[in-house]
Amino acid sequence: MTRSEELDLTETSAGRVSGQAVSAPRPKGRGSIGLLYLAPYIVGLVVFTAIPFFASLYLSFTDYDLMSAPRWTGLENYVELFTSDRTFRRSLYVTLLYVFITVPLKLAFALFIAYILNYRLRFINFFRTAFYVPSILGGSIAIAVLWRYIFATNGLVNMGLGAVGIDPVNWFGDPVNALFTITLLRCWQFGSAMVIFLAALQSIDKSLYEAAAIDGASKWTSFVHITLPLLTPVIFFNLIMQMVQAFQEFNGPYIITGGGPLKSTYLLPLYIYDEAFRRFDMGYASAIAWVLFVIIMVLTLIAFWSSKKWVFYAGDKRS
Amino acid sequence: MTDLTHLNALQTRRRVRNQKISAGMRYVILFAVGLVMLYPLIWLVGASFKTNSEIFSSPGFIPAEPTLEGYRQGWETSTPFTFGRFFWNSFLIILPKTIGTAISCTLVAYGFARFDFPFKKILFGSVIAILLLPNVVTRIPQYILFRDLGWLDSFLPLWVPSAMAGDAFFVFMLVQFLRSIPPDMEEAARVDGCNSLQTLIYIVVPMLAPALISVCLFQFMWTMNDFLGPLIYLSSVDKYPVSLALKLSIDTTEAFEWNRILAMSVLTITPALIVFFVAQRYFIEGISAGGVKG
Repeated sequence: MTRSEELDLTETSAGRVSGQAVSAPRPKGRGSIGLLYLAPYIVGLVVFTAIPFFASLYLSFTDYDLMSAPRWTGLENYVELFTSDRTFRRSLYVTLLYVFITVPLKLAFALFIAYILNYRLRFINFFRTAFYVPSILGGSIAIAVLWRYIFATNGLVNMGLGAVGIDPVNWFGDPVNALFTITLLRCWQFGSAMVIFLAALQSIDKSLYEAAAIDGASKWTSFVHITLPLLTPVIFFNLIMQMVQAFQEFNGPYIITGGGPLKSTYLLPLYIYDEAFRRFDMGYASAIAWVLFVIIMVLTLIAFWSSKKWVFYAGDKRS
Repeated sequence: MTDLTHLNALQTRRRVRNQKISAGMRYVILFAVGLVMLYPLIWLVGASFKTNSEIFSSPGFIPAEPTLEGYRQGWETSTPFTFGRFFWNSFLIILPKTIGTAISCTLVAYGFARFDFPFKKILFGSVIAILLLPNVVTRIPQYILFRDLGWLDSFLPLWVPSAMAGDAFFVFMLVQFLRSIPPDMEEAARVDGCNSLQTLIYIVVPMLAPALISVCLFQFMWTMNDFLGPLIYLSSVDKYPVSLALKLSIDTTEAFEWNRILAMSVLTITPALIVFFVAQRYFIEGISAGGVKG
């Protein structure tokens, strides 16, 4: 962890999100040589991000099947989405449900384990590695496949529950349970959030806790009044990254549940994929993508806006 | 007086005992969590050597009659190709993509960290914007663009955006790393007559090496796991990487041949596991330095 300490985690992750750390330490290059080094990035930015971004906004107002030219239909796609498309309503609901359950659960768990690991324990490296392995593999299709097996009616999880006297659960047959298996898969990958929390915890000055202990503060009090405030920059960072990612969950439902049962795991990215690449209704798919984008953007902006009230940056005079 | 010392000793003893109990609790929690986390993986490996009838009959991971049938049959697949072909395809996707990422992100990060130029703030802002921009908005027009370029069913859509420093996360990570290195050595090189490109190659790249290794490792891992990209862009089976091949084998054989699928799942995660254990230092430092999805 030596290098990460030098890098000062709070500065890298919090400063980055708020976009503050922009100016170079000692700019010495002159003129536009710098732009030359940026050339690949600028071309890529325009061709693969900026133009597609606006093109998809345009497509969302059209009817386009890839064969004939896009036909402008105005707000028709959006009107249909919000008035008559029941699949969309269902999909939007389960997506929000999924994100609002998964992200807090995963972050709370990651913080809890990081907090325990932060005590000077033996084998800390062993545990850190063990807890991180699922994050390395979690995106893999192989793990989604494994999930299908262990949550099958006669799979490992039900066998384990049977051993402690709990009746087998029908994981994939029940709408709520099916969504929860995907939540569990993503919580299982709490490792990278945990490593970030752990690095931040290790950078907290121990004398703060000693001072609090002398004043008679309990562990819980010091956690609430010292640890949590000092962690808010990384909590904020993890929250945004995990949320943006959770809204785009595709592999889990695609492989594990196929969107079912009763569309209970039919998250919006799945719906977009089906509309765009199975039914080739590019206009309609773009409209759904834009609704999803606007939701993510609004929530991100709310997080940024509210962060002034709850994120504590070192050196701040507020307490 | 004696009472007081006695009381103190009692309190100390109680505190030590409480500390021992809570330290014990911590280990119990960590071991329990570790076991629950890793057991599915251990079971996966064990089950891949089981017979089909045994897989859903016992929760243990040690196979009663170990067999390599799952591996043998799974490797053959139900297509004209073996899994070897799919691993080769994965390799063909990963190698150019990783090299392209390392080179382009180094150039761009160097530009951001060491030069001043017009619109720098806006451009650096765009790196952060891309970092937060959900891919889902740009995917459809990108698909149309690649179709118009005639790149569908080739590896180009998977290589080119990354080779143009499209993975903003890596640019950001390298910029942060470069900023933490004082530019003294580079100034010395410049005084000695190196131009900025020579300085980059002979001075900056060696210093960046640890961060560059992290970049390559993450790109390797993410590309190995990538599913949606190949799913959208590749249509012929002979170009499938392992992630798609695994999905294909579920669709064709899952109803009865479970051990084949589990065996191929084990093979699919093996390269990532080996790389992780050989180089885990770089992973942990990489995420601590920049924060990572996953």
